[in-house]
Amino acid sequence: MRNVTYIRALNEAIAEEMKRDEAVFVIGEDVADCGGVFGVTAGMMKRFGRERVRQTPISEAAFTGLAVGAAMAGLRPICEIMYVDFATTCMDQILNQAAKLRYMSGGQVTVPLVIRTQQGGGTCEAAQHSQNLEAIFAHVPGMKVAMPSTPYDAKGLLKSAIRDHNPVIFLEHKLLYETKGEMPREEYLVPLGEADVKREGTDVTVVATSLMVLRALEAAETLAGEVSIEVIDLRTLVPLDFEAIAASVRKTGRLVVAQEAWTSGGFGGEIVRRVCEECFDALVAPPKVVGSADVPMPFSPGLEQAVLPDADAIVDAVRAVA
Amino acid sequence: MQIAQDDLRRMLRLMHTIRSFELTAQTLFREGLAVGQFLGALHSYEGEEAVAVGVCAHLRDDDCVFSSHRGHGHSIAKGADVRAMMAELLGRESGISRGRGGSMHMFAPEIGLMGGNGIVGGGTPLALGPAFAAQYRGTDQVSVCFFGDGAASQGVFHECLNLASLWKLPVIYVCENNLWAATTPICDGWPVADLAPRAESFGMAGVAVDGNDLLAVYEAAGEAVGRAREGVGPTLIEAKTYRHRPHCMVIPEHRPEDELADWHARDPIARLEGHLLREGAISDVELADLVTEVEAELQAAADFARESASPDAATFADYLWA
Ligand SMILES: Cc1ncc(C[n+]2csc(CCOP(=O)(O)OP(=O)(O)O)c2C)c(N)n1
Repeated sequence: MRNVTYIRALNEAIAEEMKRDEAVFVIGEDVADCGGVFGVTAGMMKRFGRERVRQTPISEAAFTGLAVGAAMAGLRPICEIMYVDFATTCMDQILNQAAKLRYMSGGQVTVPLVIRTQQGGGTCEAAQHSQNLEAIFAHVPGMKVAMPSTPYDAKGLLKSAIRDHNPVIFLEHKLLYETKGEMPREEYLVPLGEADVKREGTDVTVVATSLMVLRALEAAETLAGEVSIEVIDLRTLVPLDFEAIAASVRKTGRLVVAQEAWTSGGFGGEIVRRVCEECFDALVAPPKVVGSADVPMPFSPGLEQAVLPDADAIVDAVRAVA
Repeated sequence: MQIAQDDLRRMLRLMHTIRSFELTAQTLFREGLAVGQFLGALHSYEGEEAVAVGVCAHLRDDDCVFSSHRGHGHSIAKGADVRAMMAELLGRESGISRGRGGSMHMFAPEIGLMGGNGIVGGGTPLALGPAFAAQYRGTDQVSVCFFGDGAASQGVFHECLNLASLWKLPVIYVCENNLWAATTPICDGWPVADLAPRAESFGMAGVAVDGNDLLAVYEAAGEAVGRAREGVGPTLIEAKTYRHRPHCMVIPEHRPEDELADWHARDPIARLEGHLLREGAISDVELADLVTEVEAELQAAADFARESASPDAATFADYLWA
């Protein structure tokens, strides 16, 4: 076992898959010379050359569209969009094109594409650099959506995403990049569509994604001895491992969903819908969703912290349902 | 073109104000870091002062400016209060956007400052709007959009030139070609060296100027604004310039040392000072006084910012709806 950062884990996943398969290439802004502004593709240019690490102009629509088309032509692009906020400038390529091509073609066309991007707040970057947009991608059928919370999951999921025959949007979190975690030396994969129980418990189920998994684990520590929390890390929203959620809720009878995205209209509401439809009999308290306040992210640090959900917000929600 | 000496001195002062603002902002940023507070992205305009000042000198308060992520210079040149701008950098309630926007989102619509932008190219289509409104109402306001060479690679920019020229909108697109987009050199962004000639393919005026020469920028902008006010149509100005600092506070310098030295030698402030001294339009003593006054003004602005109160955390939902 080794202890590596989330960035390093992603970097290894990309390098291993590029080595394994010539069809895999990286495309995006600033990805070659500085290895991406967060350093995820550091060293790739040296190792694989500029032909496979394609640094683009600031033309998200063009290079994302190119990646979709290259995937149709049998390549396996890993397309980096620097911030998820900028993906809004190429939503046509992602949602109208990539997500629908296979279906519209009656299964004749495949789009083995990974779009890597990062999201989330907490860095005082204000409203156009702090969003969490996973619900938009998950809402549109045809996109797989991954949201790893640990270096281990990040590496294993990214390798699976690159090998997957469908478009996958891979949502990293900017505050997770420097976090460290254990990782085996041997190669491994984490399949898309398998949730992970990050902490077992008996009283309340907390379903979380990305950075909120860490916050949920903090909340579980805080409440240890008072309420026993089971933390379920979804790892992917699409495919959704609903069975893992249902099994836990049938055991605890209580549900809190923790997401950093806005509380209203988010994926948390979708989980509550499924639980109400399919596990209503098991519930002994109304479920709760913990998320950001429904406002664009303010710049001012104090306001930003007031808007973002923290471990205390999860503690409060757990106490409210327990 | 004859420019009154008073006007030139005023413009020199504005250029010094911009430079001094940037230096002071960097101090505040470092003060923040020292106490563990990261104040988001900070993009310095040092080196490009002649562009904003030379263009905005022709604008009235009812003319609009759409700025970029590198927007402090545009804001100051358009007449924004440096105290309120400085307070914005610290996220204070007294900030120009009440602490909600930060460095990239400074707004003062009463003087036609329609905000910076976190999205590269985000301002280009918006700038069409006030130009359209003037045409619609039969008034003579103009609209100016500042953007970088990187932004010129966005598809939407080309849509804007097409529409602006088609409808003869009173809009002026000012490209600050500083040869770099984050860590990407212009040769990896454009297949040609110049932007201005591309205007011709849209049937509109395009002109390239030395963006470090205040007099040249002033003259080109004067013609463009005149054309727009008279209803002749839009202009694309390409100002060749250079930023003195790395892309932002957290990205290390990537550019070759000799290129940096070369451009420092063409500093727009030193150049205008040389001109004014030679013409006898300013004396050494007056120049020294001007710099001292500006620095004192910026120190006062920094103190104002530090002493201003942060927004009450309970007000995070204010200003969402009209
Ligand atoms: C749509 C979008 N893509 C990427 C970015 C990230 N980004 C911010 S500034 C920048 C470089 C911009 O270069 P340029 O337009 O030349 O302006 P300069 O920074 O040189 O003034 C990049 C890539 C962004 N903010 N928005």
